Parts: sequence; C-alpha cells; structure tokens
Amino acid sequence: MVDKSLELFDSGHRACGGCGAALAARLVLKGAGKNTIVVSSTGCMEVFSTPYPETAWKVPWIHSLFENAAAVASGVEASLKKQGRTEKVVIMGGDGATFDIGMICISGAFERGHDFTYICYDNEAYMNTGIQRSGATPYDASTTTSPAGKCSFGNKRPKKDMPQILAAHGAPYVATASVAYPADLMQKVEKAINTKGPCYLQVHAPCCTGWGFEGEQTIAIAKLAIETGLWVNFEMIDGKVAKVKKVVRKPVEEYLKTQKRFRHLFKPKRQDAEIAAIQAIADRNAEKYGIDIKLKKE
Amino acid sequence: MGLAVGCRAKPGKARDNRTGSWRVFKPSFDRGKCTKCGMCMTLCPEGCIHQTEEEFVEPDYTYCKGCGICAEECPGEAIAMKQEEK
Ligand SMILES: Cc1ncc(C[n+]2csc(CCOP(=O)(O)OP(=O)(O)O)c2C)c(N)n1
Ligand code: SF4
Ligand code: SF4
Ligand SMILES: [Mg+2]
Repeated sequence: MVDKSLELFDSGHRACGGCGAALAARLVLKGAGKNTIVVSSTGCMEVFSTPYPETAWKVPWIHSLFENAAAVASGVEASLKKQGRTEKVVIMGGDGATFDIGMICISGAFERGHDFTYICYDNEAYMNTGIQRSGATPYDASTTTSPAGKCSFGNKRPKKDMPQILAAHGAPYVATASVAYPADLMQKVEKAINTKGPCYLQVHAPCCTGWGFEGEQTIAIAKLAIETGLWVNFEMIDGKVAKVKKVVRKPVEEYLKTQKRFRHLFKPKRQDAEIAAIQAIADRNAEKYGIDIKLKKE
Repeated sequence: MGLAVGCRAKPGKARDNRTGSWRVFKPSFDRGKCTKCGMCMTLCPEGCIHQTEEEFVEPDYTYCKGCGICAEECPGEAIAMKQEEK
C-alpha cells in the first residue's frame, strides 16, 4: 500500500481555481506514490504545473511533446528495465494528446507491451489553446471549433471510445474514474501501476473555464455526469468489464443545464430533439454497462 | 563540453508562486460544525488544507485560491465563503 497522505503535487501551481485536472494530478500521485516517474504531454496540466523555473511535481517529471508522451515513456520504461530499477512510469496526457494527436505513439507503445500506466485526464477539449474540440468532446458541446449557432448545435460527433480501443490492444487493465470519487480514483491508480504491462486510466476532470461553470461546482458536476449515465466509472480486466459504478439515474438535462457549453440546448429555445439524442447516449451507456439500480416499486 | 539537455527545476519549486493573491472569496472554517471528516483536504485542488494538532482543518491562505470547492462539498456545512477584505 502506498502512503496516500503524501502531497507529491505541490501548492503554487497555476491552474484556474477549482480546476478538475489539478485535483486529478494530486490524487493520481497519492495513488501512485513517490517511486514514480511522470511523463506529461503538452497541455494545461503541463503548463500550469511547470512554468519554468517552477514546478509543482515532487517526483521526477519529463515534459514530452504534445504528440509523443507514450513514446517518451516507452524509452524511460525500457531504460529502467535494463538498469534493473523499480520506479513506476506514469503518463499524464490530456484528451487531445490522447484521443487525437498521440494515438499512433500510444498504439505502438501498447502493442510493444511496455510496463507503464497511461492516464488521460479528460477535460473534453483542448483547453490550453482556447477550448477547441477533441475526439473526447461530447455530442452537442459548444467549443471554439464546434460553435453552436444558427447552423449547428455544437460538436456533431459522439465521444470516441478510447477505453475500448486500448482494451482491444490487449491491455491487462483499463479503467475510468472521476475526480468526484477520489478514493476510487486513487485505488485504480494503485491497481494500474501494480499491474504488469500497459494499463490505461481515463479520469473525468471538469474544466470550469472551458465548460463554463463556477469553480466550486467541479465536484458536483463530475458527480452529475455519473448520475446521469453520461460518464460511466468501470474497470476492465483483460478486456472484460469487471466492476461498474451503479446509480439511480437522473435525466441528462440535470447535467447539461449546469454548463455554458450546453446552454444553446435550453436558450433561447428548448431543443427537445437534441436533449433526447443525448438522453439516448446515456441510455445506451446504461444498457451497455448495466449501471441502473432498479428501485423496488411500492 | 558539458551540454545541458532540457531545463531542470527543483521539486516543488512552484511554492514560490503564492497563489493566495488570486483569491476573491475566502473560506472560513467553523470548528463547532467540523466533524474532522477530511473531505475538504481530499478535494482541494491546491492541496493546501492541513490538519492542526487537534485534528481540525486549516487552509494555507498563502496558496488558497478561494475556489470554494471545500465549502461546497463539506458535508457538515462548516465552511463559508466570505468576500476577502484586503
Ligand atoms: C504538434 C503540436 N501541435 C499543437 C500544439 C499546441 N497545443 C499545445 S497544448 C494543445 C492542446 C492540449 O489539449 P489536451 O491534450 O486536451 O490538454 P488540455 O490543455 O485540455 O489539458 C495544443 C493544440 C503543440 N504544442 N504541438
Ligand atoms: S483551463 Fe480548465 S483544465 Fe486548464 S487550468 Fe483552467 S480549469 Fe484547469
Ligand atoms: S477555497 Fe479552494 S483552494 Fe481554498 S482551501 Fe478551499 S478548496 Fe482549497
Ligand atoms: Mg483537454
């Protein structure tokens, strides 16, 4: 067991107040412990944690490029192995770095079977460069490259299923987590780094600036994502779903209404067909993962 | 010739950056209501809430950005956000 009381991601970083990704970094390091080497791709977490000559990291940390964190981590892991060292290698990549530009390096590294844990902190767009959509942006979210307006309801494509893609690579451990459930998140990190081979963890990390809400709502909104079925917390071992967080589901609009990126679905006019399409996404998630708790009828 | 590759920084050097100056609202903790559950310590994105000797919690105002997560998530409503007086 690692000592989860250690603070290995220090105060003084420059994330926005209430940043979900900053909390994710803190919790991940609590779960991973001090015998860890971190590789970060370019993005908010890299920028807010390490404006030179400052750094919030208290473990060895390397900034790769935007696209190649998995390749850099592969080299680190291979070298540690050759030297007979015991440090665990953890990658912290944004969703843009993971779902989009890093895909080739990630696929290659998982294929080679490096012993590392790839963690995607998923804030569902390219936040560091001004809120452009990524493959992780949900359906109908308004971003600067998928703006809602007269001709569009926002992002036209559903979120890419990255966990399934990496499970299909034969990853021994693939899981999702959320900053709203810190104990579960830390436990999953610990499990992943102690599983041999390439593991993947995707962490839902709400971004107040990019999604449009007040910083104090970060945890409440992350919880609503799970309670509506738009985000599912699960664990896959050797490609099979082993554990799922079950909920008494709420209608998706309770989640959508909390964020400016979905405001066009309610104002100036309620868009019933679009809200129904998003509800259908949640219903499919619920069906696929069996998250619904059935309440007994009185 | 020794060639330095990349840039290096001392671990935790970010503490030089006193982010408490960003704060607009300041969390104030009511010890009468605090049950010492530690929820605020776990959820603070700054990791700036610590336990005192009597196990009460206390933020380090040098770094607290006043985001309000601790106040929002405290199950006992022991934390109130108040406009900062500077
Ligand atoms: C090859 C390359 N293209 C573009 C950029 C500019 N860039 C820096 S960070 C970033 C977006 C990062 O998005 P994400 O990975 O989701 O992290 P976030 O900022 O959202 O945390 C982009 C496009 C870059 N650094 N390198
Ligand atoms: S823009 Fe979003 S992800 Fe980036 S530091 Fe701010 S809250 Fe965090
Ligand atoms: S207001 Fe935010 S930064 Fe300040 S102690 Fe509370 S959670 Fe931490
Ligand atoms: Mg992102």
